[in-house]
Amino acid sequence: MDLFEYQARDLFEAHNIPVLAGAVATTADEAEQAAASMGGKVVVKAQVKVGGRGKAGGVKLAEDAADAKVKASAILGMDIKGHTVHKVMIAQAAPIAEEYYMAILLDRANRNFLVMASVAGGMEIEEVAHTSPEKLARVGIDPNVGISNEQALEIVKAGQFPADIAQSVADVLLKLWSAFVAEDATLMEINPLVKTVDGRIIALDGKVTLDDNAEFRHPSHEALVDHAAANPLEAAAKEKNLNYVKLDGEVGIIGNGAGLVMSTLDVVAYAGEKYGVKPANFLDIGGGASAEVMANGLSIILGDPDVRSVFVNVFGGITACDAVANGIVQALEILGDKATKPIVVRLDGNNVLEGRRILNEAAHPLVQQLDTMDGAAAKAAELAAK
Amino acid sequence: MAIFINKETKVIVQGMTGSEGTKHTTRMLKYGTNVVGGVTPGKGGQVVEIDGKQLPVFNSVAEAVAATCANASVVFVPPKFAKAAVMDAIDAELPLCVVITEGIPVHDSAAFYAHAVAKGKTRLIGPNCPGLISPGLSNIGIIPGDITGAGRIGLVSKSGTLTYQMMYELRDFGFSTAVGIGGDPIIGTTHIDCLKAFQDDPDTDAIVMIGEIGGDAEERAAAFIAEYVTKPVVGYVAGFTAPEGKTMGHAGAIVSGSSGTAEAKKVALEAAGVKVGKTPSETAALMREILSAK
Repeated sequence: MDLFEYQARDLFEAHNIPVLAGAVATTADEAEQAAASMGGKVVVKAQVKVGGRGKAGGVKLAEDAADAKVKASAILGMDIKGHTVHKVMIAQAAPIAEEYYMAILLDRANRNFLVMASVAGGMEIEEVAHTSPEKLARVGIDPNVGISNEQALEIVKAGQFPADIAQSVADVLLKLWSAFVAEDATLMEINPLVKTVDGRIIALDGKVTLDDNAEFRHPSHEALVDHAAANPLEAAAKEKNLNYVKLDGEVGIIGNGAGLVMSTLDVVAYAGEKYGVKPANFLDIGGGASAEVMANGLSIILGDPDVRSVFVNVFGGITACDAVANGIVQALEILGDKATKPIVVRLDGNNVLEGRRILNEAAHPLVQQLDTMDGAAAKAAELAAK
Repeated sequence: MAIFINKETKVIVQGMTGSEGTKHTTRMLKYGTNVVGGVTPGKGGQVVEIDGKQLPVFNSVAEAVAATCANASVVFVPPKFAKAAVMDAIDAELPLCVVITEGIPVHDSAAFYAHAVAKGKTRLIGPNCPGLISPGLSNIGIIPGDITGAGRIGLVSKSGTLTYQMMYELRDFGFSTAVGIGGDPIIGTTHIDCLKAFQDDPDTDAIVMIGEIGGDAEERAAAFIAEYVTKPVVGYVAGFTAPEGKTMGHAGAIVSGSSGTAEAKKVALEAAGVKVGKTPSETAALMREILSAK
């Protein structure tokens, strides 16, 4: 789960990482109140989970509370790269002397965690990595050992931070590491980390990604979920614990296993070129395709007004095809009149003959079976054609 | 021969007394896998009858190894307790530990992977993987045993159901070993490890490699193939038409050094001499051509 900047700020604060006062507002009036309580100049920042908001006009300095209201009303509702701004953060303005960079993240290639730190912050860090890699310290961390103060100081030195602030920056790094571990994060990035004119080191903007698999030991993370942003179909799917992503095509897709579903999207997209149609969604019903799961999946997909045909692509592994076929039959009984779109089914694998027999016997008028993934994809695409 | 597992592999099931563990122990025994016992902390001393076989339960992997001479384990323990189970297998210096469990926090996987590397005794496969099968010899995990028989193709894949699909497409040829390495961000055994093992295995003639979008594992595998693998390799990457996911921060892009798209992976693999199919059936057809020409 990716967090908004204000959530990252709150999380940093909870772990004693130095941040400035900040508050979130969903209306211009709330923004004014927040600015008034802070006093002085504030920065009004669009809360969107996408980069480049500054260039898009989503970050504005406000002279006082009244000005904050004006700036907030301009930013709220803005569209930044397809993301509508529903919230702004009101942050205390600080006179900045220097801008640095610091991050800890999961390093898939080296299968550990990576610390990056650089005296050259505030700009595109990719640019720094390319043009002056000597200014970017990159150090792998053993998760079973962590970071010692000595190592933190070495990293800070390698990132070319000035000696007079080395210990303060190392302190921030140590706190960031303990927050990273305590919150089960896969990314914690501070960009920029700043030195104010009065010499304080402060995390001015942060990006945080938390590991969804670790939710069981972080009940508090549930409150960080952004329910407003989810597509209504995606929200309904999440409630049913379905792995669903809405896409912009016409052929509804249900399959078992993420790889097979992704592959199904490809095969349908290729077959659809001829008919001008594309996959309408990604939906992985996982290993246990019970009747209930199938009914939930079908009902989400049939509830999508863009869908004109449905392709159910299942390779029976541990879950046998007869169970999947029974699931489809029962799902259609549950849905009754709500099921109105043609459904192409391709079953293979464990107990496939019995699965196909069950569907043939049910002879539902909307359902037709094909033997191969390619053939079924072509049929589903054809049925979705305008 | 086959890679990683064969007829002699003695398997203990961690989490055997749980419902998933019992279900899959039954399946593995029916297949002929040499399951010799189970581990469930707190239930040591019990004996469980599964598929007509009396299987002892131990409190720890070390106890199980001492009593049974097991040299592999398969983990069906729920995510909350998976880290402790895998650490237990590593501490017992078990040569192979196959982690089926889905949903393990990545900090836990990072910890047990680092521990395995530090000890240097245990090959981890997974987590979040279907396991591996050497048809006719041994089946460890949840891969259906009846899709295909023994043959001379080696298969390595991130995805479970795509593994089954590809085994099915090429069922008339059969496989030496099929390995599902799992799709988690941190996995114990990579495409490269399997490619190396298949290259060195006299009973494997050709290799199918299945990848997915995201990360740069396929690009690194391509570089390895160019350098080390002389056997024919056919590749497939799922997700050619997947829309680009939103990324956060700049950190990820720097680390992977790759866009992670299917197209980028295809280009890298083809540059290494790998024939890449656009769909599973096309990929199988490419392998068919290679094997028929032999």
